[in-house]
Amino acid sequence: MASVEYEVPELFKNIHTPALHPGVMEASGPFIAKPEHQEPLGFPGELVENWEQKAIEAMGEAVDNSRALRVFLDSCVKCGACTDKCHYYLGSSDPKNMPVARQDLFRSVYRKYHTPAGKFLSKLGLDWLIGGQEMNKSVLDDWYNYYHQCSECRRCSVYCPYGIDTAEITMAARDVMSKIGVGQKYSNEIIGKVYKIGNNLGLPEPALRDTLEGLEEDIEDETGVAVRLPLDEKGADILLVTPSADFFAEPHVDGLMGYAKVFHEAGVSWTISSKASEAANFGLFIGNHENMRKIALRIREAAIDLGVKRIIFGECGHAWRVAYSYLNTLAGPFDFLDPAYPVPQHICEFTHDLIQRGKLNLDPSENDWMTLTFHDSCNVARASRMGGIPGGQFSIPRDIIKAVCNNFVDMAPETTHEATFCCGGGGGLLTDDLIEVRVKGAMPRMTALKNVIEEDGVTHMAAICAICKSQFSKVLPVYGMGMDMIVSVHQLVSNALILTGQDAESEPESD
Amino acid sequence: MNLFFAITFWFATAVITLGLGYKVRQYWKTEAPLLIPTTPAPTTQGGVIMRMIREVTLFESLFKSNKWIWILGWMFHFSLLLVLARHVRYFQEQPWFWVTLVQPFGKYAAYTMILGLAGLLLRRIVVDRVRYISSPSDFLMLIMLLVIGFSGLIMQLFDRPDIIGIQNYFINLMGFKIVSLPINSALVVHLVLVALLLIIFPFSKLLHAPGVFFSPTRNQADNPREKRHQPSWVANMPSSNESAES
Repeated sequence: MASVEYEVPELFKNIHTPALHPGVMEASGPFIAKPEHQEPLGFPGELVENWEQKAIEAMGEAVDNSRALRVFLDSCVKCGACTDKCHYYLGSSDPKNMPVARQDLFRSVYRKYHTPAGKFLSKLGLDWLIGGQEMNKSVLDDWYNYYHQCSECRRCSVYCPYGIDTAEITMAARDVMSKIGVGQKYSNEIIGKVYKIGNNLGLPEPALRDTLEGLEEDIEDETGVAVRLPLDEKGADILLVTPSADFFAEPHVDGLMGYAKVFHEAGVSWTISSKASEAANFGLFIGNHENMRKIALRIREAAIDLGVKRIIFGECGHAWRVAYSYLNTLAGPFDFLDPAYPVPQHICEFTHDLIQRGKLNLDPSENDWMTLTFHDSCNVARASRMGGIPGGQFSIPRDIIKAVCNNFVDMAPETTHEATFCCGGGGGLLTDDLIEVRVKGAMPRMTALKNVIEEDGVTHMAAICAICKSQFSKVLPVYGMGMDMIVSVHQLVSNALILTGQDAESEPESD
Repeated sequence: MNLFFAITFWFATAVITLGLGYKVRQYWKTEAPLLIPTTPAPTTQGGVIMRMIREVTLFESLFKSNKWIWILGWMFHFSLLLVLARHVRYFQEQPWFWVTLVQPFGKYAAYTMILGLAGLLLRRIVVDRVRYISSPSDFLMLIMLLVIGFSGLIMQLFDRPDIIGIQNYFINLMGFKIVSLPINSALVVHLVLVALLLIIFPFSKLLHAPGVFFSPTRNQADNPREKRHQPSWVANMPSSNESAES
């Protein structure tokens, strides 16, 4: 483990901005990928020869191919607006976790080697004037360490007067590092599993089939209604692509049963695909377009193989970003699907529509034993949309929760909607070797949650992201709250949904 | 001095024109590989234009972020705009109507500009987080702008140079003719630093001025499901245009 002992941030009434403590997170980076994690992704197994030069070249190539990088690296005026916006800075007080300082790890090298001013001043030995920095081992160590303390959540980009998005720079830096042989074990190993087996967990087709059958039995035991969770059924109308955590992790799996019940009630035919049994796309996290595209193309292939008409994504934050914002670019055009529906759709859009049309028989009192709040997941909030109007990603999940629960309270406005704080585990950080970073980064969300617990009697927090759910299960206890406080939105739907023909006697017990 | 300033300003004008032209062309030509508007974002091009107008006139994102930086930064930029408008008269024999109109405002804007700059400099020194992220050039830039402001103010209040003579000099420079420039020490400082500012503009963080218009998080519409974004790196990939029947 990267670090055994660390300080858990104290929760105050307000999220306070700490004084700087340089270097406190300096040795908190994740495990480095081994050759067997690197090579299947097309990256060199270990640090290449002449890596300084290669890194500088890869950086130049990245900037040449991205307007975002070009504009972002040139435009920052160091105004400081972002310095108190990152949850990892707020939780750790390490100045290199301030968005601008994180960017500057990359920008300083860019300035020295790739700008006229940097090249000119370097010749005079004056590049320090403009913050130029030589590419060396200590810079690489800082890159590896601090670019894996960014969850690519984009909160900084909301507040930047030029919209500079640190996530773009983090992704570029991670990609440069992968290309010189220094990848992150967690993300790269997982991408390897997706290529080999089809999902992040490495869950093969027979095991998946077993799991789904088990869930069918659970639903039937509970409701007396036979609800199917089909796998690889050709000719189904809808392909459901959901994060593999939904197949077994808590509370994810309760959400999956919720989707199944909603599909059942809607009377549509649907299927999961064993080829694309994973919504997650860690190609986004590692900032590598080729890998991201390769992973995305599985979904296109599965949709074609199964002959579906629509694609719907389950509750997963970054997967929804890739699906909503990039799928059309990476794996489109989807002209073979039914043009009456957006491609892809979010399960919340599907359920919301049914609720709007009064197609679901809901009894919100089933959730009366809980008081809910909602955690906006960063990738849904700031990198995608639901429904037809801007901000649908905020209203649609809340509308669903309010339709299935009588007690709902929002957290402080500076911590919700586009101002939401990351759970602390996004962007490829959901690994035990980064637990210190994850715990510290959760501080702002934990503070906001604690306030609504104390003031409004909130008992549970709903989310629509597999990573958020796993992260909260882990960090809630560290902050003295119950790990089962985190629930899936479709778990709430599932609780309240009365299936046609459901035996009134076999109502689920609240435990 | 007449020749020195003539060459300096011809050179500086060439540098900023060609330099900015090059950078704008580069921003224009560099592709956006993916759609990354910071959402919620407008779904139409018209909405994007409105977002951009709010961003560059009101500094909307900065307002959401930090009221101190916003008020100081906005005060400086808006004052600078008025001051620049006031200076247009140095390049016109018969000033346009609005240039005449703006003269008194531009005069007072000098004070608010200096106030804004001083506040930003103070923040850079006092706030530990901002001090940490500052390079020497960040301080120098503010100091340079402050000295430009002060030297202008000195001329306005204490040491008035021959305005008509200066106007005449610059109008002639625009026609590549050198006449006599009536100088005083404040004017020399003022002009040297202004020329320096023009020269470093396309090589420094001052590129935020054109940059903001090209920022993908602000200038892209949120419509990926409706309209396929097809950059060349994807379009050139072999299998991306296969359709269902292939």
